[in-house]
Amino acid sequence: MRHVLSALVQNVPGVLSHISGMLASRGYNIDSLAVGETENPHLSRMTFVVVGDDRVLEQVRKQLEKVVTVVRVDDVSSQDHVERDLMLLKVAAPAGRRSEIRELTDIFRGRIVDVAPEMVMIEISGQEKKIEAFIEMMRPFGIIELVRTGRVAMVRGTRGSDENDE
Amino acid sequence: MTTIAKNNEQKKQTAAQPISGADICIQVLVNHGVDTVFAYPGGASIPLHQALTRFRDRVRVILPRHEQGGGFGAQGYARTTGKIGVCMATSGPGATNLLTTLADAKLDSIPVLAITGQVGTPVIGTDAFQETPTVEVARSVTKHHYLVTDVKDIARVVREAFHVATTGRKGPVLIDLPKNIQLAQTAPDYDCPMDLPGYHVDDRTATPAEIEQMAAMIRSSKRPVIYAGGGVVSADAGEELAKLVRKTNIPVTTTLTGLDCFPGDHPLSLNMLGMHGSIYANYAVDQCDLLLAFGVRFDDRVTGKVSEFAKHAKIVHVEIDPSEVNKIKQADLPIISDVRYALAELNRQVRPPEDLTEWHKQIAAWKKAEPFGYNQQFDGILPQHAIHELWKLTRDRETIITTGVGQHQIWAAQFYKFRRPRTHATSGGLGTMGFGLPSAIGAKAAHPDKLVIDIDGDGSLLMNIQEMATSFCEKLPVKVMLLNNMHLGMVVQWEDRFHEANRAHTYLGPIDHPEATGQGDGITPQERYPDFVAIAAGFGWPGRSVSKKSELTDALKQMIDAPGSFLLDVQIPYQEHVLPMIPSGMTVKDLIKE
Repeated sequence: MRHVLSALVQNVPGVLSHISGMLASRGYNIDSLAVGETENPHLSRMTFVVVGDDRVLEQVRKQLEKVVTVVRVDDVSSQDHVERDLMLLKVAAPAGRRSEIRELTDIFRGRIVDVAPEMVMIEISGQEKKIEAFIEMMRPFGIIELVRTGRVAMVRGTRGSDENDE
Repeated sequence: MTTIAKNNEQKKQTAAQPISGADICIQVLVNHGVDTVFAYPGGASIPLHQALTRFRDRVRVILPRHEQGGGFGAQGYARTTGKIGVCMATSGPGATNLLTTLADAKLDSIPVLAITGQVGTPVIGTDAFQETPTVEVARSVTKHHYLVTDVKDIARVVREAFHVATTGRKGPVLIDLPKNIQLAQTAPDYDCPMDLPGYHVDDRTATPAEIEQMAAMIRSSKRPVIYAGGGVVSADAGEELAKLVRKTNIPVTTTLTGLDCFPGDHPLSLNMLGMHGSIYANYAVDQCDLLLAFGVRFDDRVTGKVSEFAKHAKIVHVEIDPSEVNKIKQADLPIISDVRYALAELNRQVRPPEDLTEWHKQIAAWKKAEPFGYNQQFDGILPQHAIHELWKLTRDRETIITTGVGQHQIWAAQFYKFRRPRTHATSGGLGTMGFGLPSAIGAKAAHPDKLVIDIDGDGSLLMNIQEMATSFCEKLPVKVMLLNNMHLGMVVQWEDRFHEANRAHTYLGPIDHPEATGQGDGITPQERYPDFVAIAAGFGWPGRSVSKKSELTDALKQMIDAPGSFLLDVQIPYQEHVLPMIPSGMTVKDLIKE
């Protein structure tokens, strides 16, 4: 089973290393980890994709909550939510094939953000499956370089991250 | 102006005066009631030590002879008082030498505050002299940790450290203080609020519904057992546990760290359970229909094969750390709560199970059939006998026992019957050899009027033997009953049982002795090494060696009655095994009795 957990953490030095170290030392299988500041400069948001059964999920969650600098943990995937991945990808694009690449990029609602004589850079965001499908579409052209952010996710509706209503 | 107003005015003025970070740090310790600090100085912690001298009338500084001795001293203090233990070291090697003691405190949930000096902030990260990234390496072995980079944060950080170390599931907290921050000056604000938005442990109390359900499960049980651990000691719940037993007559088995939470010589005590626990405790847990797990974590040394452990029982797990519940064993009724609160609430309404006659009869039969035992006819001193004799001589006086790690530790757990919480200090989770002597010294610092005895092994004692100097020089007299078999007995036992008695670096004498390769034929090696009594003499300790059974009692009395520290070197055979034994990962059906 695949779960998306979202942790609000204090924005202090070492917190990322603390949490990734804890997860590694307890042997949890983390597929993806994304970190960034929130609207509150004292807090950061970490989004994890964890693979495991409910018992593993429960343990990961409790171990996260036990870290003193972790303010709150939510199981985003148990609720109605939006999930996104951002990717930048450089693909070989000789003059004759550019329009084909451009067409595919449009279909996937991506954008070409840089053009060089022999390649283009494409920005694309979306759900994991879409990103992976796009990678497969680009493979025949020759992927030069690829970078992904890891999953970020948010629960739908009006509730904000500062509302401690659990 | 009245005198009081004048005093207040003066106080305000002094409070507003800028003082050094080191002084602020020590002042916060004093504000939290710290009266003893175990501290080894070095380049990066000199300002802290200078500040400590300004608080001489309020804080006693004990100088260990190795930072590990300081860390375990703080633990001995913490484990026997329930208060936080404070230790200090310099940067680099000082800090890394402390780490083992913090890992140890983490696994046994002991409140410890470790303060380490660090190189100045301008040179952090440059591989400066005696620089280690202390917080980085301490992260996973502490409950929490800080690197302070602004002198204005010190007062708040030290307050937070106290709060985190001593609340919820207790544990070690490390504060890394760069030297320039210790020296920097600021006007301290001792009442600044803590900034711990993610740390909520105050609400961990059982709900009325949970208590009611637990009481109902007890009422309807036929073969209940209480499995009590270090959490009962940590929560000061010993009295409530005793009350629960008085009300319900439910038998109690304890873990190694929970050994002293219930009297070992009580008729309803099943003593310790697990790998080297009593046969009757392991049978009782195997056969019980209700397991009341209080302040425990289902450690592998307790459960053996997890799926077979307490297989027929409903499990109630009362525990303060939510991550321990359902970690190893699924609980039928998990209760996240302070154990003392839960037991106190339970005691208000609990009614005993309807009929325990059969269960008590069964347990009595198991107890009678297979008690802890040893060969009483043996011509020489067996370790079990020595501990039993020590218990007889000290049971009616206030005594604290500490141990090293290994066979002697388990024999102490089996044959010394503890009666009151916080009278036993042992490294349970981490199993750190060398724990016994420094923790005894720490216990003595907290309890100058009590008899403090380290029951140790020769391997363990040698790991921190330099602390004999601490005991002597700091006037903290402790006794060491050394069970000396010149081997690493517990490993030897595993070699004997599981590796065809092939000796692999488990003999502690010279390598040309036949025992080094398992060829010895005597009861004990003929030539003793090292000469512990001579070593003791070098440290200013009187000592005595004893090998004859007839002289044991006299020697023990000499040790107990000695006005200062005393080492009693008890020569024991290395062939003796700790029994009973359930081999690792196995079940009560695989129990080895001889």
